[in-house]
Amino acid sequence: MQQFAKLVQVISNSTKTNEKLSALSEYFATAPARDKTWVLALFTGRRPKRTVNTTQLKNWCIQETGLPEWLFDESYHTVGDLGETIALLLPPPTDRKAAPLHYWMEQLLQLDKADETTKEKFIKSAWSSLDESERFVFNKLITGGFRIGVSQKMMVNALAKTWDIPPATLSHMIIGNWDPREATIEDLLHLHTTGADASRPYPFYLAYPLETPPEELGPPEEWQAEWKWDGIRGQIIKREGQLFVWSRGEELITEKFPEYQPLATALPDGVVLDGEILTYSNNTPLPFQTLQTRIGRKTITRKQLQEAPVAFLAYDLLEWEAADIRDYPLSQRRALLEALVQQVRQPMLQLSPVISFTEWPQLAALREEARAHVSEGVMLKKLSAPYQVGRKRGDWWKWKIDPFTVDAVMLYAQKGHGRRSNLYTDYTFAVRDGDNLVPFAKAYSGLTDKEIAEVDSWIKRHSLEKFGPVRTVEPVQVFEIAFEGIAASNRHKSGIALRFPRIARWRKDKPVSEINTLDDLKRLLEMHRG
Amino acid sequence: MITFTNSGLYCAAGDFYIDPWKPVTRAVITHAHSDHARFGSRYYLCEHATVPLLKIRLGQDINVQGISYYESIYFNGVKVSLHPAGHIIGSAQIRIEKDGEVWVVSGDYKLENDGLSAPFEPVKCHTFITESTFGLPIYRWAPQDQLFAGIGQWIDDNRQLAKASVLLAYSLGKAQRVMQHLQHKTEKFLVHGAIANTQEALVQSGWKLPPIEHITPETPKSAFPNSIIIAPPSADVSWMKKFSPYALGICSGWMTVRGNMRRQNADAGFALSDHADWPGLLSAVKATGAQKVYVTHGFSSVFARYLNEQGIPAEEVVTAYGEEENGNIVNN
Repeated sequence: MQQFAKLVQVISNSTKTNEKLSALSEYFATAPARDKTWVLALFTGRRPKRTVNTTQLKNWCIQETGLPEWLFDESYHTVGDLGETIALLLPPPTDRKAAPLHYWMEQLLQLDKADETTKEKFIKSAWSSLDESERFVFNKLITGGFRIGVSQKMMVNALAKTWDIPPATLSHMIIGNWDPREATIEDLLHLHTTGADASRPYPFYLAYPLETPPEELGPPEEWQAEWKWDGIRGQIIKREGQLFVWSRGEELITEKFPEYQPLATALPDGVVLDGEILTYSNNTPLPFQTLQTRIGRKTITRKQLQEAPVAFLAYDLLEWEAADIRDYPLSQRRALLEALVQQVRQPMLQLSPVISFTEWPQLAALREEARAHVSEGVMLKKLSAPYQVGRKRGDWWKWKIDPFTVDAVMLYAQKGHGRRSNLYTDYTFAVRDGDNLVPFAKAYSGLTDKEIAEVDSWIKRHSLEKFGPVRTVEPVQVFEIAFEGIAASNRHKSGIALRFPRIARWRKDKPVSEINTLDDLKRLLEMHRG
Repeated sequence: MITFTNSGLYCAAGDFYIDPWKPVTRAVITHAHSDHARFGSRYYLCEHATVPLLKIRLGQDINVQGISYYESIYFNGVKVSLHPAGHIIGSAQIRIEKDGEVWVVSGDYKLENDGLSAPFEPVKCHTFITESTFGLPIYRWAPQDQLFAGIGQWIDDNRQLAKASVLLAYSLGKAQRVMQHLQHKTEKFLVHGAIANTQEALVQSGWKLPPIEHITPETPKSAFPNSIIIAPPSADVSWMKKFSPYALGICSGWMTVRGNMRRQNADAGFALSDHADWPGLLSAVKATGAQKVYVTHGFSSVFARYLNEQGIPAEEVVTAYGEEENGNIVNN
């Protein structure tokens, strides 16, 4: 555990990719085999099932420290991370014990069926045997999510370096379904080179935002344009008679979308499709909000299936007749894809249409109509390019339409997490409705570090409450809020829900009397109702 | 005996202020940090060691009187004496007595003996006015020997890679403490101008401090590899460019929380503070035996509430102390 804690410390402190990479490679070269597998699993988002919940952790910490609950809460609001708060609050260890990472992981997983007393006993004894930095990682293993700046790409590069395998090959080897309890990394690499796992998806190719005029991309005839969909990026796999659906977050989500089941028979074997999971009705995508009703549900009701039916808008073919065809140029993959979709003829499998255009200004004009197509903009893909791995510049670009913007006033503030610890960075904004202010959006991003420091200092001097997580502030600071979409909502007081709201800029020049009104938002909603 | 006014902590009976943030006639100063010792007052009173520090910060021509720890001075029948606060060189708690009633103003303080400042001593009083910079139970310092061993190890690691080690430490107090405890690691420290100035003033008053060299535009690049460089938190990254390759470490109590450290884009953070940690604040308050506690700058509402729950009547007081640190969290 000490070695892992050290690794986490080095990686989270470092701002340099090279340092992180060499810390990872050194870890992979020296750590116990079963620990390595766990590190790979944890750093590629394979979080084990949570066997102890955060309320239990908090309560046991309060018992161990004898602190009042409000003081625990104040500490937590300042630190911004539960696992770290607990690690800092607990008294120093009384019974130091050195055990490897996989020991702790396996012990934790075994708690799954244990009763509360057993869990409590185990966690408390673990705390008393670990030092502060080990406790921190131990708590993070329970609560999940190491957001310490290790990207999938970095993991792949570190492993590629250690095992001397090309990164593109390696990233395909570690994707998909595997259990860190059952295999060492070496097994995994071997197993996957023999291709034993029928469900294994391909790493997604991701586009960069286009920030220069499209003219700089060269002649228009070298490019394919499609609408950019606002759904869930996914892969549909048909192998060995079985159907698998993967999300871009590498989650196997086959069960969530029963609509796709007919494809298990309709699709030929040895096919992998890349495309967008969208709610879709009468040949038109529905707003993202409708898809949200399908995400996160374990069981899908008949009503949901009727109100938010799902289709797959396919835009690429990665495997055909059981052969990896990612090296084919897009033009060729597209031709195969079109033939396949036509042959399958299933209503839930649609082609993502190609937008035909001959000149860049023509496409620019079409892009302005993106919202009418329930789309976020335009995708540009080079016809001669292969399907690459990860986010790479050059062949795929996303050219999004400009967001909506409104001016709003800050009403509430909350402290942030991670590197925003002890800073007020999470804000709630309001628009005017007659004499009232109506909160309509929360935003966390968009300000520079310097602006955050300034806003934070203002909030600390102008808030009404002294305790608890939320500060009500004097409604005077005006911000321009940008967002991608707007929908009616009965879950919000304002009656609207925004898609991806963020701060565009701080309008120090604007008085609160000049902010937008709820009527402005409602008009926007009317104009863009699907 | 003390009221909280717009200009600062005021003792009407003796007609003097303690660490006023606006110009006044008579200012009693706990220590020379700029949020406590401000410009413009007519007469200053402080501990002897603070006098030269006050002069380099507020001007050579200020009217300042130095007295020793434990020495008493009377203002209109109010007895005033200074007692070691252990925060930085010359730092004092201020004890005020009239008609048998005793108040103590802590200024900033820490309980651990840093080897330079006169070590903190609890002073019995009826009313105690305490700081609360680190008044949350997450702040619990490791013993300084352990911290400096960690810093020493970090320097060794940097030297393995022929890197300079740049340590950010507040120019008055923290910088001297860091050099004092790391002097076995180098023949001389390379320092920023702000630290060189402080050192000069201290050496002139007879302090024996480890050797330093002031970094100037003429300092050759060959001086930097493997060196230990001490700079104030305000030092610019562009100023450090010429030290490359170097690693940046920050010495501050705020480094306890990982997110704070990551925000600074430093290579290492060491939770080394000249303020009391949570257990330190609690034991200091209890040792005074005070029946009433006023809590100033820091997590004042939290600390006051906790003291009340512990049966010690406490109240939060708003002051201008610690304000300069808002923009720059490294100073503590």
